[in-house]
Amino acid sequence: MSLLGDRQQLSYIAAQAADARVNVELETEGMTLNIGPQHPATHGTLRIIARLDGEQVVWAEPSAGYMHRGYEKLTEVRTFPQVTALVNRIDWLGSFANEVPFILAAEKLMGVEATPRAQHIRTILFELSRIANVSLFLGDLGVQLGAVTPVFFAFRDREYVLNLIEAATGGRFHPNFDRIGGLKDDLPAGFIDETRNVMKKLRGFCDEMEDLLFGNEIFQSRTRGIGVIPKDVALQYGLSGANLRASGVDWDLRRDQSLPMAWDKVDWKVITHPDGDSFARCWVRLQEVRESTRIVDQLLDTIPSGPVMVKVPKIIKVPEGEAWVSTENPLGEMGYYVVSQNDQGPFRVKIRSASFNNISIVPWLLKGVYVPDIITILASLYFILGDIDR
Amino acid sequence: MASPPNVGVFPLSHTDTTEAPRDERREGELAALLAALGGNVADSLLKPNDDIWVRVTADTWRASAETIKSLGYTYFCFLSAIDWMPSPFGKGEDDPTQPAPERNTTITQGYTGGATRFQLLARFVKPYSSSGVNVKCDVPEDSLTVESIVSVFAGANWHERETWEMFGINFAGHPDLRHMYLPQDFEGHPLRKDFPLLARIVKPWPGIVDVEPLPGDDSEEDGE
Repeated sequence: MSLLGDRQQLSYIAAQAADARVNVELETEGMTLNIGPQHPATHGTLRIIARLDGEQVVWAEPSAGYMHRGYEKLTEVRTFPQVTALVNRIDWLGSFANEVPFILAAEKLMGVEATPRAQHIRTILFELSRIANVSLFLGDLGVQLGAVTPVFFAFRDREYVLNLIEAATGGRFHPNFDRIGGLKDDLPAGFIDETRNVMKKLRGFCDEMEDLLFGNEIFQSRTRGIGVIPKDVALQYGLSGANLRASGVDWDLRRDQSLPMAWDKVDWKVITHPDGDSFARCWVRLQEVRESTRIVDQLLDTIPSGPVMVKVPKIIKVPEGEAWVSTENPLGEMGYYVVSQNDQGPFRVKIRSASFNNISIVPWLLKGVYVPDIITILASLYFILGDIDR
Repeated sequence: MASPPNVGVFPLSHTDTTEAPRDERREGELAALLAALGGNVADSLLKPNDDIWVRVTADTWRASAETIKSLGYTYFCFLSAIDWMPSPFGKGEDDPTQPAPERNTTITQGYTGGATRFQLLARFVKPYSSSGVNVKCDVPEDSLTVESIVSVFAGANWHERETWEMFGINFAGHPDLRHMYLPQDFEGHPLRKDFPLLARIVKPWPGIVDVEPLPGDDSEEDGE
C-alpha cells in the first residue's frame, strides 16, 4: 500500500476536476440532495445540502444550528463552578475533557494550581474520556461504511471505560467532577487495578479493529484517497486533533504546550500520517486510542500521594483578567477564552470547539466527490453535534 | 501543599529584588510582531509564561491578519467578539416586583484597552508550537463594520458568520454572510449584553424566593 504522495494527490484532484468539467459540458441537469437533519450518518441533527451533478457533488453546505443551546450566553449568568455542568454537554462523548480547559483557565486567572495528585487524576480521566469517545467513533465508522459488526465491539468495550468513569466520578456521561483547585473526590478503592485490566481489554479492542476494519479491503478502497486535505489547507481552516495530524502536521497540544497536567511525565508518541485522506484520519484515531491506554497505564503507576484539592474560598470570585487555555480533546483543540471582571461568574466565555472548525472545511472538501463518499468523509472528519452548535 | 503556589505576597520594601518573571521566547515573538505590524498596532500586552495580546486599528484589521500570517502564524484558531457593555439585566436574578437595581454602566475594556463597546478577538497560532497571539480590534461604533479576513484565513468564514449573527458586526467582503444557527428571519443579536436571556425574564429566578432551610441544616451549604 503505497503512500499517497503530493503528485498523486494533485492528479486525484485534477481527475475530479476533469470529471466535473465533462459533466458541465454535457449539461446534465443538477439536483439538490438534502441529507438530514435526521440522518444516521450525522450523529445528531446536522443537515447537509448538496447540489449534485449526476453522482458528483458540485456544491455542498452543512447547515448547523438544530442543536444550538447558547452556552456562551448561558455562561454569563452562571458562576464559575456552575459552568462545568454546561460545558460537559458540548462534546458529550468525552465530557470530562471539556471541563478541564475551562477549569484550567479559571485557575490561571485565580493563580491557583491543582495539587500534583489532582493533575494526575485529571489526566487519567481526560485520557479515559478520549478512549471512550474515540472507541465509539471506530465502531460508528464501520456502520457508516456498511460494516455493522464493529459497532457492537465498540459499545461492548466502551462500556468498560464508562464504568470506570462512573466509578470515579459518579456520572457515566456527564461527570462534572473537575473543580477549581483540584477534583471533587479522590479515586475509589480498586480503581487502579480495574483500570489496568480495562486498558488491556482496550488494547485488544484496538487490535481487533485493526484486523476487522482497517485490514478490510472494502474499507480501504472506500477510504483511501477519499477526502484528501493538504497540510496548509488544514491549518488555514483551523482543523485540529487527529484531522490535522492525519495531514502530516506533527502537532499535539498535549506535548507542545506546557499545562499543569501530567502528559509530560510519561512516555508516549504523537501519531501522524502523511496522506491526509479519510483512511489516515481513522488510522490516526485508532493509534491514538492505543497511545492513550499507554498513557493511562503509566500514569497509574506514578500517581503521587497527597490531597486532591487545594484550599480555595467557598465562594469563588475570579480576579479581573483574560485567559486562554486549550487542550487536545478527543475531537481536537478545545479552548476557552475567559474574560472575568472580578465577579463570581465570567463576563464572557468564548468556546472554541474543535468540531466547528473541523466541519467548516466541508464545503471545500465535498466539492467534486461522489455521493457515497460524502458519508465516508463526514464520518472520518468525526464531529459531535453538540461540539459544533454549542 | 495547601497554599496555592502562585499566590505570593511580596514585601513592598524589596521591590528591587522581586523581578517580574521573564519570558524571552514571547518577548522575541512580540518584538517581531510589533516590528512587522508597525503603525497598525494600537496597544500590546505580554504576560510572561501566559500569552500575547495585540490590539490593531480597525481599518488595518485585514492587513494585520495578513502580516501575522506571513510571520508564521498560519493556524487559524478562532474569531469572535466581546461586548464590553455591562449587562443591564445583571445575572437575570432580579425580583420583578421590586424596582430595577442600580447597575454599573461604564464600559471597561480588558487587556490592551480600547475605546469601543464591541471588540473583535481572534487567535492565530504558529503550528508545531504553542506560540499564539490574541489579536483584538475596536469595532467602529457608527458602522459596526470591519473587513473580512476570509481571503486570508479560509477558516474564518464560519466564525465571521457566527460573530455577525451573535453580535451584529458586519464583515465587509465576506462571501456569504448568512445566519449560522438561528432562523434566517431572526431579529436581534443574542450575545449582545442588552439582549435579554428570555428564560430568566419569563420566569423569576427561584433564588429570590425565601428558601426554607432543610431540617437539621442550620448553616448555608455552598456545595463546592
